Amino acid sequence: MSRHHVEVRRGAYADSVALLQLSRTVQDIPGVETAQVAMATPLNLEVLAQMGFAVPSGVTAQEMVVALRLADDTADAAIADAEEAITTALTSRTPSTAEDVASHRTTATALRGTTDGVVLVSVPGASALVEAMDAVDAGRDVMVFSDNVPVAHEVALKRAAAERDVLVMGPDCGTAIVGGLGLGFANATTPGPVGIVAASGTGCQQLLCLLDHAGVGVTHALGVGGRDLTAAVGGISTRTALARLDADDSVELIVLVSKPPAADVAADIEAYAAGLATPVELAFLGPGRPDLTAAAEAVLRRLGTAVPTWPAHLPAAPRPSGGGHLRGLFVGGTLCHEAMLVATAGLGPIRSNIPLSPGLTLGPDLTADAPTMVDYGDDALTAGRPHPMIDPTLRLEHLARAAADASTGVLLLDVVLGHGAEPDPAVLLAPALAAITQPVVVAVVGTAHDPQDLDRQVRALVGAGAEVHLSNAAATRRAVALTLGESA
Amino acid sequence: MTAAPTHVVAAGAGMLADAVEAQAVPVTRIDWRPPMAGTEDDLATVAADPRRRAANERALAAVLGVSATLVDVAPASEVLGLERGQFLHAGPPVEWARAAGPLRGALMGGAAFEGLVTEPEDAVALFEDGGSVSLEPCHHRSTVGPMAGVVTPSMWMFVLEDPATGRRTHCSLNEGLGKVLRYGAYGPDVLERLRWMSAVLGPLLRTAVRASEPVDVTGILTQMLQMGDEAHNRNRAGTLMLLRDLAPAMAASGADTDDIAASLRFIGANDHFFLNLGMPACKLALDAARDIEGSTMVVAMARNGTDFGIQVSGTGDEWFTGPAQVAEGLFLGDYGPDDANPDIGDSAITETAGIGGFAMATAPAIVRLVGGTVPDALATTRRMHEITLGANPRWSVPILDFQGTPSGIDVTRVCRTGILPQINTGMAGRRAGVGQVGAGLVTPPAEIFPAALAGLAARVPR
Repeated sequence: MSRHHVEVRRGAYADSVALLQLSRTVQDIPGVETAQVAMATPLNLEVLAQMGFAVPSGVTAQEMVVALRLADDTADAAIADAEEAITTALTSRTPSTAEDVASHRTTATALRGTTDGVVLVSVPGASALVEAMDAVDAGRDVMVFSDNVPVAHEVALKRAAAERDVLVMGPDCGTAIVGGLGLGFANATTPGPVGIVAASGTGCQQLLCLLDHAGVGVTHALGVGGRDLTAAVGGISTRTALARLDADDSVELIVLVSKPPAADVAADIEAYAAGLATPVELAFLGPGRPDLTAAAEAVLRRLGTAVPTWPAHLPAAPRPSGGGHLRGLFVGGTLCHEAMLVATAGLGPIRSNIPLSPGLTLGPDLTADAPTMVDYGDDALTAGRPHPMIDPTLRLEHLARAAADASTGVLLLDVVLGHGAEPDPAVLLAPALAAITQPVVVAVVGTAHDPQDLDRQVRALVGAGAEVHLSNAAATRRAVALTLGESA
Repeated sequence: MTAAPTHVVAAGAGMLADAVEAQAVPVTRIDWRPPMAGTEDDLATVAADPRRRAANERALAAVLGVSATLVDVAPASEVLGLERGQFLHAGPPVEWARAAGPLRGALMGGAAFEGLVTEPEDAVALFEDGGSVSLEPCHHRSTVGPMAGVVTPSMWMFVLEDPATGRRTHCSLNEGLGKVLRYGAYGPDVLERLRWMSAVLGPLLRTAVRASEPVDVTGILTQMLQMGDEAHNRNRAGTLMLLRDLAPAMAASGADTDDIAASLRFIGANDHFFLNLGMPACKLALDAARDIEGSTMVVAMARNGTDFGIQVSGTGDEWFTGPAQVAEGLFLGDYGPDDANPDIGDSAITETAGIGGFAMATAPAIVRLVGGTVPDALATTRRMHEITLGANPRWSVPILDFQGTPSGIDVTRVCRTGILPQINTGMAGRRAGVGQVGAGLVTPPAEIFPAALAGLAARVPR
């Protein structure tokens, strides 16, 4: 027998990542079978209902729900322990100053009296404009990590920023390096002659890691958000970012990484780039265009640096491919996109939640009797939950499902290391891969300086039977070859 | 951009802030929480209004730029053109049928004072009929009134002027505490005091004010905030400084010496006498920020005992109202919470201008009067900085290292943080005629801020 305990806490708030960690902590308490501590958003209420919890009607997104399923005999003790754990987690905070002064509640008030510094916004998308506009008002650069930001908000924010010569990175900007400081998901690199302007987070990370492996440093990598070069936004942040890098004498070569922009915007940006004193390498990823690895190689050649052999690690006992489709499971949107561009040549059209053409869109179950590639970091899959680079739960579930599917021939995954990402992705992924019978190819995007320890991550994944590459394009080509039955 | 940032301000996921700290760069973490329910879209619309930033800068500068001077004392009939049967009252508009006990009591007393009726009780029929009397908010006549705020043509008014523009505001003379008209009392002693104020005190003050240099009311506020007054519930230093400025001219006025002595004794014995100068000084400053398109700054908070209303710079004369709340605090004598009327008075103009409850940190002497502690007081002033546009460089708080008082309540920040303006207030008895029953702390009804925000959003050009 088990019993349910549901409690609504008014006036309590924590971000979704913190609550996820808290839910796990509570779940580990003896006597607690399942725990869900979440803000009462419509999505979370749906999840709670699916779990069988009866949440009182009338709760609002400003309230926190604590839902526990308990073993009957020890329920009261478990509830007390759980409540104590929750209260401790919600009230303990690291004191930032000796004085016990309440934290600021808005970006505007936190910026008072400061003269330097950038703003990092990762609040829910509907509220991102408001916090970011505080930074613009104060004349500070801002990185908007938040996703699900309406495009009208992005346009309004960037227009206001342009008037004040403020750089808005994002929204949905996963990665930035500003003067060597990594913001969001950023790999640890050494400063150097290359400056990057990127409309894509993981595309930027791939480039950073390849250049780092080749011994070329990057001082600034300015993310501008995936929509910046669309006709709606018109490349406002791209222009500001290019101008910033052009003004920095330490930048010898600028790389602009993006999907191919809208035609008008492309002409505009190319003309703008041509007018800068610093040369600009355009890396527009699309059908028939060079992939990220080829772009990295072009950069190395322009700098007169030798192109290395990109690392590849084979497992001790390669698994045979038993036929079946390629299944790509990605946390990086650009890595997924690039993999589809690379694999389409060998496998034909690929079905996806971020398809190369609208006819290839996957249904809500994300499966098809065809090659598939899914981006688990897409807005539609991250609404109400942390990004899969932080929380691997969703992709691990789908990995197990794909491995159990007889139509799955080969699995292709990405693992992205660096600041902000999961502290040890292999600890959960390696056992999952070891349990799989199909061949697995993994692109591990990381540098030797990353906090997760690149070598250890690679060893663990290779030890679990995966083939591991630094180049996502190379990993994809190997996965295609394995799918087609070609041997290593 | 060439150098690494020395500091990061992070709003949102703690994990991303952790990642920055792991790179040895200090992070200021914002205690971000979801905004008031249903305000996300309006907040975004108003934040994106291209007029907003400059409009708010202009509004705040306008408020901070005003100096209020006391230039005259005169009957309301003279300076406001108030006619027989016209009554001003505190707060947003309200009709007799919805008027609270203390407002009714003050109106009844006012009617008797004007000779419209012989006995105050007879005025009920007069107001129920409404044919020969009219009610209008003080705020609509460049006036503010504490508590019930009832002004009638024969009452004498302080006249304050902004020397730079010649704009003026007005407020009646303070009657003292306890059983007084503004708390809804209307007994014979209340009316007797009002008659003396009109016959003796008002004319004497007029003579003195006209014979003196204009009294720098804003300057007195600056000083009293450093002397333990928060200028809403404690006005002791301000009152004595006013007396210091006016006493010589009063003494030299040539009036009857007994009248002079009685007047000096009356002012000196009434710690709240200066409130009726601080309030119109605040209104004079805030009125300078009215009608700035795109500004989200609150320019008035006022209560009539039934409704709490705010007006906002960018939404013109519109009142956004909700039910007035009952204050929490301490009660006089045997009175208790059941005896208290909901919040009443224009005196929240002091908080609107950044003093009163907003300057609680500077008045530790009265924190217990309103049921608080000194740490509460410090925290309150700091908290009010989270919902205001700036700090007043003239009005500073010594214990907070001379930080300026939190000035210019921003509707958007109230909606974003859920922090409501903190008001120090007196409590009037619920029943007409009772008078004061206590003092305490109160906040506006939360819902008026999302309503004002929606009003601002609707005016953003598309």
